[in-house]
Order: sequence, then structure tokens, then C-alpha cells
Amino acid sequence: MHEWALAEAVVSTALKVAKEEKLSEITKIEIKMGELQQIDLEAFEFALKEIIKPENLLLRNAEIEFNTEKAVLKCRVCGYRWAFDDAAQKLSEQESESIHFIPETAHVYLKCPKCESPDFEIEKGRGVWIESVEGG
Amino acid sequence: MDPRVEIIDERLKNIDRVIAVSGGKGGIGKSVIASTVALSLAKRGHKVGLLDLDFTSPSTHVILGIDDIFPEEEKGIVPPEIYGIKFMSIVYYTGDGPSPLRGLDISNAMIELLAITRWGNLDFLIVDSPPGIGDATLDTVRLMKKTEFLVVTTPSRVALATVKKVLTMLKELKSPIIGIVENMKITRSSLVQEELEMFNVPFLAEIDFDRKLENTLGDVNRLLQTNFARSIANKVIPQLTKPVSAAI
Repeated sequence: MHEWALAEAVVSTALKVAKEEKLSEITKIEIKMGELQQIDLEAFEFALKEIIKPENLLLRNAEIEFNTEKAVLKCRVCGYRWAFDDAAQKLSEQESESIHFIPETAHVYLKCPKCESPDFEIEKGRGVWIESVEGG
Repeated sequence: MDPRVEIIDERLKNIDRVIAVSGGKGGIGKSVIASTVALSLAKRGHKVGLLDLDFTSPSTHVILGIDDIFPEEEKGIVPPEIYGIKFMSIVYYTGDGPSPLRGLDISNAMIELLAITRWGNLDFLIVDSPPGIGDATLDTVRLMKKTEFLVVTTPSRVALATVKKVLTMLKELKSPIIGIVENMKITRSSLVQEELEMFNVPFLAEIDFDRKLENTLGDVNRLLQTNFARSIANKVIPQLTKPVSAAI
């Protein structure tokens, strides 16, 4: 699963922060997920649990908080804004899967609902961010 | 902070050398050279990957005649192997549709692809760079820190003007440059070699314009029998397979 690769990235980054901040334990990691990534949170949490082994003293008690940011798209031609989840319902399984792997492929499969231009920007809701790593 | 950026070094750690075929101008043969270099290295028994970073106009799949393979999903995505090459391109996810991506989208797509692709152990990862010296080249330097550049030009003064900018920029970025390949030669002019001498970069090869090349694209066996492929094999590959300290 592709969620595994992202979970590895989160753990690796949190450990790097802990090293830089000289933390002996990480108590909380706050993650922001863009809706466009269409992450399966169950699969992501499963991967995190598998990657964070109980013997990992730094991370074993870490609380992981997920916040999903809704994806908002804005047409560069007519200025119309729309929500990705409205458009997502019209995507085929294959198109949706492509956006899941490489969110920028949304530019291939989506168009402005108002003027049909493919030239739009992803204003919000893409990428994966670690908002904070807390510990002591 | 973006955890995807942080994991990229880890994803590339078992790759001995990352070589980006670059050159600034479009239509100078970067993709055909990248594909043929990858094929030639694989034929010599090296473990090779080929990454098409031209997200808006990917073409290495056309050159290699690839149309019915797809990456496996296994703790990320695993590039399928064909002709001895682990092949990765955005085309798996875009199909034949146009992908009108702007700069930030290109950066994000590249970060995503590099963060989730599991190459495994490779001797060489050959990167086909898009035209231009913008986002993709800058991000190649930023995100794939061990990248060395193989710079392509043609005898055209138009290509030459741009390749000078590429070489200047790569030097400013302190990126290793393996050398220059002058592609599509139609006369014995040494203009390009003379003009680029000031950069103090090895001039690796002159490759003659091969009229028969176009008709072999899409058919790897025929492609490898062209004079073009023989020139790559005889003039460029030895420069890539000699010890790193001697190559740079």
C-alpha cells in the first residue's frame, strides 16, 4: 500500500525532529493531510503502528493526531472555486486511483465546472504536513 | 514540514549513481539518449532505473515501446522492470491525456513520486529531464542530491546558447557535470566544442545525426542496432562506467 510509504516518511521525519530537538520521548505528532491525497486513514494508521515498534522508546507512547484539509480548487481563467469532493464523485475508479498516487494528475482528469478550463490551482488540500512534534 | 521531502534520501540510498540527462532545449535528443544509455547499461549487466521527469510531455515510454505495464503497490510503488530497466513515468497515472502542470504542481508531483517510489538496489538511475532550466532541474538538484548531469546539445547555435546557460547554472549550483554530448552532428564543425571549452567540462562525444533512428523508436531491438545506439555504447557508456572519481 502506498500509505505505508507516507507513514514511513512521517516516522522518519519525527525521529529527525526528535534528534534535532534532543527529545528523549515524542508524546504527540500532529499531521495535516490534504484531501486530494485521498489517504485511507485506516491503512495509514495500520502502517504507522507496524512501523513504530514497541521497542522504539522515542515513539511508542506518541499520540498521532490527523487533520484532513478539504481540497479547494480555483480556476485560473474564470476565478470559480469548487470543492474536490464534489468533482470526485464523477471520477472513474482509475482516475481516482491516479490522483491518489500523484495528486497533481487531478489536472488531467478535472476541469473547471463553470468554464471547463483545465487551468486551475489547488488552493488548499494537497500534500502531507507534519504540523508539530511534541515531546520532552 | 513536508515528510515526503525528508524521506527522499532514504528512497535513493541504495542507488550508486543518479545521472540526469539535461540540456535546456527541447528536441535535442535528451529522451532518446537517456533511454539508450539506460538500455546500454542494462545490457552490460548493470542494475538500471529510468525515471522520466518530463511530466508534461513524457516520451521515454514511446521510445521504449512501453504501453502495457504498471507499477506494483508494495509499501509504496515499485517500478515494473522491462528490458532490464526499472521504469518510472507519470504516464502510468496520466495515460494519454494532457497534463497541464505549472511550476508548483511539477515540484509537488516530483516530491510525491520520489517519496513513494521504491527503486531498491540500483547501479544507475538515469533521469530524463524536461526542457528548460526551471523547476524540474532545480528540484532535481534540491531533492536528488547525488545527481550528476550529462549535458546534451546539438550543433545548432540555438541549442548552444541555452546549453551555456545550463552549464553556468549547474556550476553555480555546484552540481557534478559528467560531460557534454553533442548530438545530431551533420558537419565536422568543432564550433560547439570550442565554444564550450571555457566551462572546463569533459567533451564526451559527438554523435552523428542518424536518419534511420526515427523509424526504430518504439522497437528496442531495432533501436539498439542503430549507429546512434552504437555511438552511445562506444563513446558515452565507457565514460559512465569508469570509476566515479575519474568520471567527474
